[in-house]
Amino acid sequence: MEYRTKATVMDSPAIERAVTRIAHEILEANEGASDIAIVGILTRGVCLASLLAERIREIEGVEPPVGSLDISFYRDDTAIRLNPEVHRTDIPFDVEGHDIVLVDDVLYTGRTIRSAMDAIMDYGRPRSIQLAVLVDRGHRELPIRADYVGKNVPTASRERVKVFLEENDGRTSVEILESVVGEGE
Amino acid sequence: MDPAVGLDEVADVLIRDGVIVEIGQDLEMPKGVVVECAEKIVVPGLVDVHTHLREPGREDKETVESGTRAAAKGGFTAVCAMPNTDPICDTGSKVRFLVERARERGAVRVYPIGSLTSDSIGSSIAEIGDMIGEGAIGFSDDGRGVQDAGTMRRVMDYTKAFGTTVIAHCEDESLAGSGVVNEGEVSTKLGMSGWPAQAEELMVDRDVRLAELTGCRLHLAHLSTAGSVDIVRNAKARGVAVTAEATPHHLFLDETALLEPVSGRAYDTNLKMNPPLRTASDREALVAGLLDGTIDCVATDHAPHAPHEKALEFEVAPFGSTGLETALSLVITHLVGPGELDWAGLVRVMAHGPRAALGLPDVHLEPGAVADITVIDPEARVEVRADRFESHSRNSAFLGHNLLGKASETIVGGRIALRNGKVVD
Amino acid sequence: MLSTPNIIDIQDLTESDIITILDTAESFKEVNERRIKKLPTLRGRTIINLFLEPSTRTRTSFEIAAKRLSADAVNMTGSASATVKGESLRDTAQTLSAMACDLIVVRHKYAGAPRVLAECMDAHVINGGDGRHQHPTQALLDLFTIRQELGHLEGLTVGIVGDIANSRVAGSLIPALRAVGARPIVIAPPTLLPARPDVLGAEVSYSLDDVLPDLDVAYMLRIQMERSEGMPFPSLREYARFYGMNAARLAKARPEMKVMHPGPMNRGVEVSSDVADSPRAIVLDQVNSGVAVRMATMYLLLGGGDSGTAS
Repeated sequence: MEYRTKATVMDSPAIERAVTRIAHEILEANEGASDIAIVGILTRGVCLASLLAERIREIEGVEPPVGSLDISFYRDDTAIRLNPEVHRTDIPFDVEGHDIVLVDDVLYTGRTIRSAMDAIMDYGRPRSIQLAVLVDRGHRELPIRADYVGKNVPTASRERVKVFLEENDGRTSVEILESVVGEGE
Repeated sequence: MDPAVGLDEVADVLIRDGVIVEIGQDLEMPKGVVVECAEKIVVPGLVDVHTHLREPGREDKETVESGTRAAAKGGFTAVCAMPNTDPICDTGSKVRFLVERARERGAVRVYPIGSLTSDSIGSSIAEIGDMIGEGAIGFSDDGRGVQDAGTMRRVMDYTKAFGTTVIAHCEDESLAGSGVVNEGEVSTKLGMSGWPAQAEELMVDRDVRLAELTGCRLHLAHLSTAGSVDIVRNAKARGVAVTAEATPHHLFLDETALLEPVSGRAYDTNLKMNPPLRTASDREALVAGLLDGTIDCVATDHAPHAPHEKALEFEVAPFGSTGLETALSLVITHLVGPGELDWAGLVRVMAHGPRAALGLPDVHLEPGAVADITVIDPEARVEVRADRFESHSRNSAFLGHNLLGKASETIVGGRIALRNGKVVD
Repeated sequence: MLSTPNIIDIQDLTESDIITILDTAESFKEVNERRIKKLPTLRGRTIINLFLEPSTRTRTSFEIAAKRLSADAVNMTGSASATVKGESLRDTAQTLSAMACDLIVVRHKYAGAPRVLAECMDAHVINGGDGRHQHPTQALLDLFTIRQELGHLEGLTVGIVGDIANSRVAGSLIPALRAVGARPIVIAPPTLLPARPDVLGAEVSYSLDDVLPDLDVAYMLRIQMERSEGMPFPSLREYARFYGMNAARLAKARPEMKVMHPGPMNRGVEVSSDVADSPRAIVLDQVNSGVAVRMATMYLLLGGGDSGTAS
């Protein structure tokens, strides 16, 4: 299916500002960075997680541990379609006792986050799990909400929200895409 | 058509009381049955020298009745029944059973082959004289082969006195071992034990030399290798009294059929036979041997097996393919059709050759001869299908093949056993 | 996703399939190092381990793999062939089909049985070893272990030593090595070689000492002690002298050469005890890889296939 950009909802400076604000909110909510660990969900969540960690270090002088999570094996739709490319999960710290900040680019149905929480739990018992997303586009199918949100973007379910990051895509922006023909994904 | 009497013309054949009375143009017959044979070929009745009828013992696989009906369907007016029934046919009384059963139920003639050794275990000589007295026409331990050379020599020496034929199943068991396919590329690829060509050739050579030593008439069953053909060719050149047969499956299939079976079934046990399917060059040598007369006849080695047995794993399923109902079509399709063999050649390898090999009374298309006649429809299309067999069994190696030509009439001693391609009840 | 619904013959898999399986297994290996070694991935799926020939090790490996993926794993074992019970393979296939399972792992005494089963049923089939024919997951776990130890596969020379003729392990490993660009050499007395090792894609040597300096891996096959058709060599002592891996031989090999064995090992015959316990032997790594590789095959076979939309 082909998509074209309908609107750009965040540009590069807006994303920078949002990350900085979320970093401050995390520090405030957790009273510092000492027990925090940041876990990005593959693939764009990982990028955002390292941006967040970097910002926290700049503000607080402490760099929280960062991990990456592939939730392929935890998806509730493997019976339908499996991830063609499985990446390696890398959690280089003990989750026990940490306040885990899960990071993803877009919050949509909530199913990815459920899978990610299951995956984290299999590594141990964190003190808490919090959720940071760059964009919340609505249409939740599970009782899940984000603790830190870059921007709320109302969308139609036939549209797609795509986050572009310099590291992955060569540009930084959040765009709403709509299909050129047909509808649905 | 009968090359033996120089007959090759369009003619009428008048049969009365089981005997050919006259062959000629526009013959008149006051009363009787007219079999219209326009566009067909009338030949002396075909004979299969290697048939397993399974009765007594395994009547679920085949009986004298079903097996001879299959023979009639395939155009054979006579079959030679191998002795490896249960019990083994190794005494006069067991031969008599078969003769009587064939008289009661047989659709075509049945010539019993007696066991060479008692119980076909290759040690002591069976009661050959007694069996001949009851009608046995040859002797074999088919399915096993006599392993010990000294025993084989003794048996051949003894048999010679009766002027009959020893039929050898050539397999050195110490070499063939647990082999189930030809040793080589296919055995390696499929991961199964190989049965090397040499396990046959050593025995072919041994038995040819024992025939020279003893002077006993020798017929070699189901040759499968190029080496065997060479040994027989050399022996015949030396004047040894030896004849040989080859089966349609060894003539028209090779081991690669196992890798890509026409049936589409991997590890197709209908392709498991003893000796196994060999290489393409072995197959070509067999055809060349048949064409140049080294191999005297086509024999089916008709080996019916129950579906539940053939459904076992390849390594443990029984050996053998049925053959009576496909042999003629296969020879027409693969040899006559492409022009490698003419119709006279077909009569040689399927009618006169088999009779000569086992010393059976010959049948000619001439006045005064017994009316054993096969009528061939050379243009008939045949699809080999499991639901079209007269045989009780369906284990044909050629299921799914499309063939050309078949028997339309089989006449045995003037009695019509097959008419218009249908067995007469 | 794999190009085949079943893994029966290693040659069913393309090179890309093999690499996909090995890469996926890397992720499962990480799971196996966790305290909680369980994933919900195949929850609700049924996997039957149909082992019609005794094999505790392989069956356990498949069972652990299935359970770590949360599949319902059921073992069906029988020491005798179904033949003895008068049940044909097709009967067995129909029986299993009626139980509506998703994947069957088959270990069978006779070559071809998994292929015949796969033809008669809808479930996916993994060959857990058939007669002397093939044992594809063993070859995959061996590739995984070699890649893990030596960093790559292409261009490696792997000597497979011993009973090639009767080895389903060699039957799969030789084509697998060829598929990934490695060079297999079979090393054995001629009595232990198949009729045509060349059709599998292997070079042949009768002398371990001759080719030893070329080897990146020495893969020692198990010698069957009990035989019906006569021993193919005069004594175990003489076999070990010419084809066994011992400290003296290891000293003449490349320093990075690894020693592998599919197990169970006859110590003192294929591999001497000191070599078996040395870091050069990576036999336990093979066992460890086995679970991850089998999880990968199950995941990739059961995850693929149906079309649909992801949420």
